[in-house]
Amino acid sequence: MNDQSQQLQQQIKTAFDNKMACNIVGSGSKNFLGNASSAEETVSTKDHTGIISYDASELVMTVRSGTRLKDIDAALAENNQSLPFEPPAFGDDASIGGTIACNLSGPARAYSGAARDFVLGAHIINGKGDDLHFGGQVMKNVAGYDASRLMAGAYGTLGLILDVSLKVLPIAQSEITVKSELPVNIAIQTINELSAQNLPITASCYFDNHLYIRLNSSEKNAQSVSQFICKKISATEIDNSKAFWLSIKEQQHAFFDTEEPIVRLSLPATTQSLNFDGEQLLEWGGALRWLKSDLNIKRIRQTIQQYGGHASVFRNASSDIEFFHPLEPGVKQLHQRLKQAFDPAGILNPGRLYKEL
Amino acid sequence: MTLKLNTIKQQLISAFCELIPKTAILHQAEELRPYECDGLSAYRQTPMLVVLPETIEQVQGIIQTCKQLNVPVIARGAGTGLSGGALPLADGVLLSLARFKNILGIDPLARTARVQPGVRNLAISEAAKTHGLYYAPDPSSQIACTIGGNVAENSGGVHCLKYGLTVHNILKLDIVTIDGELISIGSEALDSPGYDLLALMTGSEGMLGVIVEVTVKLLPIPEQAKVIMASFDDVYKAGQAVANIISAGIIPAGLEMMDKLAIQAAEDFIHADYPLDAEAILLCELDGSHIEVDELIPLAEKVLHDSGATETRLAKDEAERAKFWQGRKSAFPAVGRMAPDYYCMDGTIPKKELANVLKRIADLSAEYDLPVANVFHAGDGNMHPLILYDANIEGELERTEEFGAKILEACVEAGGTITGEHGVGMEKIDQMCVQFKSAELSQFHAIKDAFDPLALLNPGKAVPTLHRCAELGAMHVHDGKLPHPELPRF
Repeated sequence: MNDQSQQLQQQIKTAFDNKMACNIVGSGSKNFLGNASSAEETVSTKDHTGIISYDASELVMTVRSGTRLKDIDAALAENNQSLPFEPPAFGDDASIGGTIACNLSGPARAYSGAARDFVLGAHIINGKGDDLHFGGQVMKNVAGYDASRLMAGAYGTLGLILDVSLKVLPIAQSEITVKSELPVNIAIQTINELSAQNLPITASCYFDNHLYIRLNSSEKNAQSVSQFICKKISATEIDNSKAFWLSIKEQQHAFFDTEEPIVRLSLPATTQSLNFDGEQLLEWGGALRWLKSDLNIKRIRQTIQQYGGHASVFRNASSDIEFFHPLEPGVKQLHQRLKQAFDPAGILNPGRLYKEL
Repeated sequence: MTLKLNTIKQQLISAFCELIPKTAILHQAEELRPYECDGLSAYRQTPMLVVLPETIEQVQGIIQTCKQLNVPVIARGAGTGLSGGALPLADGVLLSLARFKNILGIDPLARTARVQPGVRNLAISEAAKTHGLYYAPDPSSQIACTIGGNVAENSGGVHCLKYGLTVHNILKLDIVTIDGELISIGSEALDSPGYDLLALMTGSEGMLGVIVEVTVKLLPIPEQAKVIMASFDDVYKAGQAVANIISAGIIPAGLEMMDKLAIQAAEDFIHADYPLDAEAILLCELDGSHIEVDELIPLAEKVLHDSGATETRLAKDEAERAKFWQGRKSAFPAVGRMAPDYYCMDGTIPKKELANVLKRIADLSAEYDLPVANVFHAGDGNMHPLILYDANIEGELERTEEFGAKILEACVEAGGTITGEHGVGMEKIDQMCVQFKSAELSQFHAIKDAFDPLALLNPGKAVPTLHRCAELGAMHVHDGKLPHPELPRF
């Protein structure tokens, strides 16, 4: 437990007074995400740690931003609970602040919700050094604009997250993963049809001609649903479910072991397979697709946009390309104005999300 | 009406005649009267004009005209809101989205529906039913309230603990900005690049833009839902039972509590077979597959008994389940029969504070000599104390509002919030000064300014000016500590 709120606030305040751009970092495990920061000053939340409050019967944990994901997972596991968005860590010391700032969610995302869905409140320092509390520690709260959820995915460009309150949920008793060999478009159709039924599906993945479906429920229900799916699509249960999904979540699976750029495609789940040159791995019922390809990102973006999707260069990007999908002009203008509203001097992670923010 | 206002009104009418049929412009006193309030009828104001456009282009034109003439615009759905969010302004245009009532498409495979903002909440579920799907958020006004209003208020309902609020159940919005520009936020994918404007727009009470299309998520209808009614001889034991259910790893679809006065009111009204000798009842609904529900029911019954329930009754069939729920869902009108007027509060608290806050409400009830019936979404800590009063007795409305304000302050002190699902609107604008510091309110104003620099979209709602808080603070000095001390006093 180490409360550095005051020091962090002072650092931002001084930076504001001196118009000095800051690079906000936790453990640095997500440094590869986003554009490179041009900031000279580093503000670290790494030592701002500790679980401020956690009451299992409230389903709420409030935690300082530097707290390690592994420590949070351990505390929740004692009460048989977890962060329902199954965040990837991408590093041993990954912190919750970085996880929320990047709005990172794992395999469960399509079924349980994203990081942003579980943010109940945030205590932040804006770009002027103001100490601000938004949201709270209760499930239902509509007082004021939802500025706490706005921090999720803002990559620290609107405020430094001091602490967040998150909704947590119980862990299901049993887990089974089934696997079936299917052509890609049949697999996309199948997983979406199954998702429209009352089945405890909590993750899905497709690669190398196989669809993987994870079920989490009571032992009896999971077994019953597993038998139903196995029969329906000629699937079989795999015996290393947890290890398999960990490798997908942390991108340690062989698919991700490459020097080639890995492009993250976000699409309406039911979109047919898009024939880009390069291998693909699908998650989230087809809504998330990883593409290993050195194709021109502009071409990929032009194509995917026609399907209502967007693309970012998640791994092995060259430094001269815009990391995230460009914004439409009207939306971009709102982004610039919001940035101005939270960080008028433009000192918080400038350029990390978009060059003009 | 002043000469200047009358001139503007005439200018607006002629400009709107170029955009929409004359019949879609209401400007006579008797036509305007039905729009003078929303669901919070204690606050009334006749608007200058009401317009009823049918196309997005018309909405764009209306907003552009209002901007040119510097006239405020207040968007309105069905007008069922309970916080005066759609309260008109005497010098403002009321923009009704009531004619945007088409479901534009349902995609059963993607489990989404594209709807216009004036579509009723329940109509979405009714249309999706043939595909075995439904729209989860179910505010009690779901027969009448519209999806546009639901997004503007981030509406909840009885199933939020398991299925989330509106913000968790929408994918994409088309909005018209104050410049009249049509923009899309969110997407049919699961995320979109940049800031989470979808979250910011949800619950923004019509102050950042006008919603003209919504894409919602649909869920499979649960195979089975069963409800247990548990009686308690002590309201605090009922509160503890709620915590025990959740600690046991059970996430009920709905977990509702009613106290003695609410039980009595509902029973007199609906005859739901509620136990009249109980101090509190819990309705615990479990849904999912047959196997899941059959496993959870005995587990939940055991927890309820172990928590001191004097009786638990499992609704034996769908008819009895509907009856149990009807009592709860009719609690507001039922309580309404016990007194000429009632005032519904909407604070949320951490569940562990329930006993303390209930005690505080009981003390205040004695102090103000006004009875209170308590109905709440116990699973998520959202309380709806209903204060019974008679507006015809001079000063009683003011006393009731003061009492209500103290309940909300008690919710904030307990670590909760002044509004769980009804919104701030006009009603709770002063309590915003209690929940937020000046710096936070300033940040809200900066957000508003980013979207609407001229402050023409539903101005004066949801976020109080610092000036207002300073004046209010001077009237309510608590423990000798002046709120917002940095502000000048007037």
